[in-house]
Amino acid sequence: MGTRKFFVFSLFFLGLFIFIASGFAQPKVIKIGAIYPLSGNLATTGLDCKRGVEMAVEIINGKYDLSLPLAKTEGLPNLGGAKIEVIFGDSKGDPRNGMAEAERLVTQEKVVAVIGAYQSAVTKTASQATERLKIPFVNSDSTSPTLTERGFKYFFRPECTDTIFAKNQFEFLQDIKKKTGMKLESVALLYENTEWGANVGKEEQKYAKEFKYKVVEDIPYSQNATDVSSEVGKLIKAKPDVLLHASYITDAILYTKTFKELGFSPKGFATMAGYLEPDYLKTVKSDGNYMVVRSTFALDLAKRKPLVAQVNDLFKKKYGMDMSGNAARSFTAPFVVAEAINRAKSTDPEPLTKALTETNIPGDQIVNPWKGIKFDSKTHQNIYATGILVQIQNEQYFTVWPFDMASKDVIWPFAGWKK
Amino acid sequence: MPEQLLQQIVNGLLIGFIYSLIAIGLTLIWGVMNIVNFAHGDFLMVGMFISFWLYTLYGLDPLFSIPICTVALFVLGLLIYRWIVSKVMKGPMLAQLVVTFGVSIFLANLAVYLWTPDFRLIDKPLLSGTWNIAGINLSVPKFVATIGSVIASLFVFLFMKKTKTGKAILATEMDREAALLMGINTERINSLSFGLGAALVGIAGAFLSTYYYIYPQVGGTFGLIAFSIVALGGFGSIEGAFIAGIIVGLAQTLGGFIFDPAYKYAIVFMIYLIVVWIRPQGLLGW
Repeated sequence: MGTRKFFVFSLFFLGLFIFIASGFAQPKVIKIGAIYPLSGNLATTGLDCKRGVEMAVEIINGKYDLSLPLAKTEGLPNLGGAKIEVIFGDSKGDPRNGMAEAERLVTQEKVVAVIGAYQSAVTKTASQATERLKIPFVNSDSTSPTLTERGFKYFFRPECTDTIFAKNQFEFLQDIKKKTGMKLESVALLYENTEWGANVGKEEQKYAKEFKYKVVEDIPYSQNATDVSSEVGKLIKAKPDVLLHASYITDAILYTKTFKELGFSPKGFATMAGYLEPDYLKTVKSDGNYMVVRSTFALDLAKRKPLVAQVNDLFKKKYGMDMSGNAARSFTAPFVVAEAINRAKSTDPEPLTKALTETNIPGDQIVNPWKGIKFDSKTHQNIYATGILVQIQNEQYFTVWPFDMASKDVIWPFAGWKK
Repeated sequence: MPEQLLQQIVNGLLIGFIYSLIAIGLTLIWGVMNIVNFAHGDFLMVGMFISFWLYTLYGLDPLFSIPICTVALFVLGLLIYRWIVSKVMKGPMLAQLVVTFGVSIFLANLAVYLWTPDFRLIDKPLLSGTWNIAGINLSVPKFVATIGSVIASLFVFLFMKKTKTGKAILATEMDREAALLMGINTERINSLSFGLGAALVGIAGAFLSTYYYIYPQVGGTFGLIAFSIVALGGFGSIEGAFIAGIIVGLAQTLGGFIFDPAYKYAIVFMIYLIVVWIRPQGLLGW
């Protein structure tokens, strides 16, 4: 064999070796995009959601003895152990940025699916972009009912909608009436005026009528106010039995302080979102006690679902804090996407979308208190999603409703502000 | 219900005086240098954080950290002027316009980096609780903040009218070249007023920290409102900013209470539009 021939020959084998080695040793990386408000007013919320996603991806990519989908194997077994990589996009809490980020993630980063985006208003625009680009969007942290009413082909939502939450709130009030014999006749609605809050207000109006409660005040407001005494003044004047408040974190803090300062004490507070964030209790401390908040997750669910405690232990080890409702919500989407990719054995949009529509994850494989995840064939809304209500007692969240899931009795009526 | 109406007027005044103090700092900088300080809200945030950390780390109540906040913000303002703004003043118009914007983004993101985007609250300040006077709830920290703001505003007013340096600042505001010809060191006046403007917002920050939550983006809305107050009161007019701050505070709470809270900021900006329509230079501008 001449030197020249030998050289070409060995080069060929070397090339072949590298080719094969790369095929075996380095499993494919599948990119998923995630949009959250990582800076701006909702930056703490965004960080919370991001942690939920990162925790989920770590479980998917690693080997864990958990009942979650894909936890027991490293990566996606049907794709040669391919790993999931999440590329984050920052919406800054603004729908326009959310849309631009969705486009960037799909066209430049070449992600195969997008998850996010916490605020319903941002999810709305971002998912418009992905729908146009024919890329699946799985949303497990926005609740506005309109999102799944658009008939989008590539949009899926495992999370509960506000229609269900609003109904839950009134069912809860009915149950309270039955339990305590207390008269509850009027409610006041207070909500932030973007996509999410405004729709909550609409749903609450609807159910107030259905359950025969008088709406004595209906106040939409723009978030990030410097002072909310005029809103609270109106509430005091209206004297509702119960306040239904839908707010993000900044307003939740400011309103709680103003309620106390001006002495607004109805018989109870039924709230949403902002009141569930770790920063809320850290900031207002004991003033947050007795607030009833809607949720799809609570740590005390661990009593009937050991998985909740197992995941929370991992989370706590990694971030030094308990998993919040927000982190738990965002935690769900990566599993839905990865499980569908694994079943589709492909990352192409069409088979992936088809696999998503056929999703059927049983209840024991998710941290949420649902029967499972299965999408409605038309709206792509999870048909099993329901809400629970938690109450803050001694600066901790406890499940109080539905009563048969409760770990503590609800404290009702509100005892008034302590000086 | 007159009681609630009275309550709203009280609340309007309580927030209005704080607005005034923030806006006076802004109008001072604008008046002297013709520069819009977009970082004004972020100066407020820095003041609040200084007060927060002094409390958390050394147990110093916000009330006593006011002098420290004032001096710290004065130095910060001075340094930012010397190192950044004064350099750009020689550059093109556009650079002058955007330089403080850059400072704003830098400060807010530095705060996120250093202190995380978390929300904080000074949990047990010396001043807390609510007085109930004839059915009106008066928050103690807000009341003290209001008194403090009035004193600080009065001090600035007297400083400008009575002292030689104050008069020099006013002269520079009116006519920079004439002031220069009269032997006023306008460069010194520039840095002094930038520092003074920052110091004032530092005082406001220390007071706000006794009852408002603190996080890196807290300055945004306050900054925006301060701009409209300065425009409403007349660019560069200290008395104008003082009065306009109170008007905006009252318009916001009363407007929100009588009409719809969703429109409260719209009402504020409508008043601004009407004033500018009739008096383009603002209430007390020249």
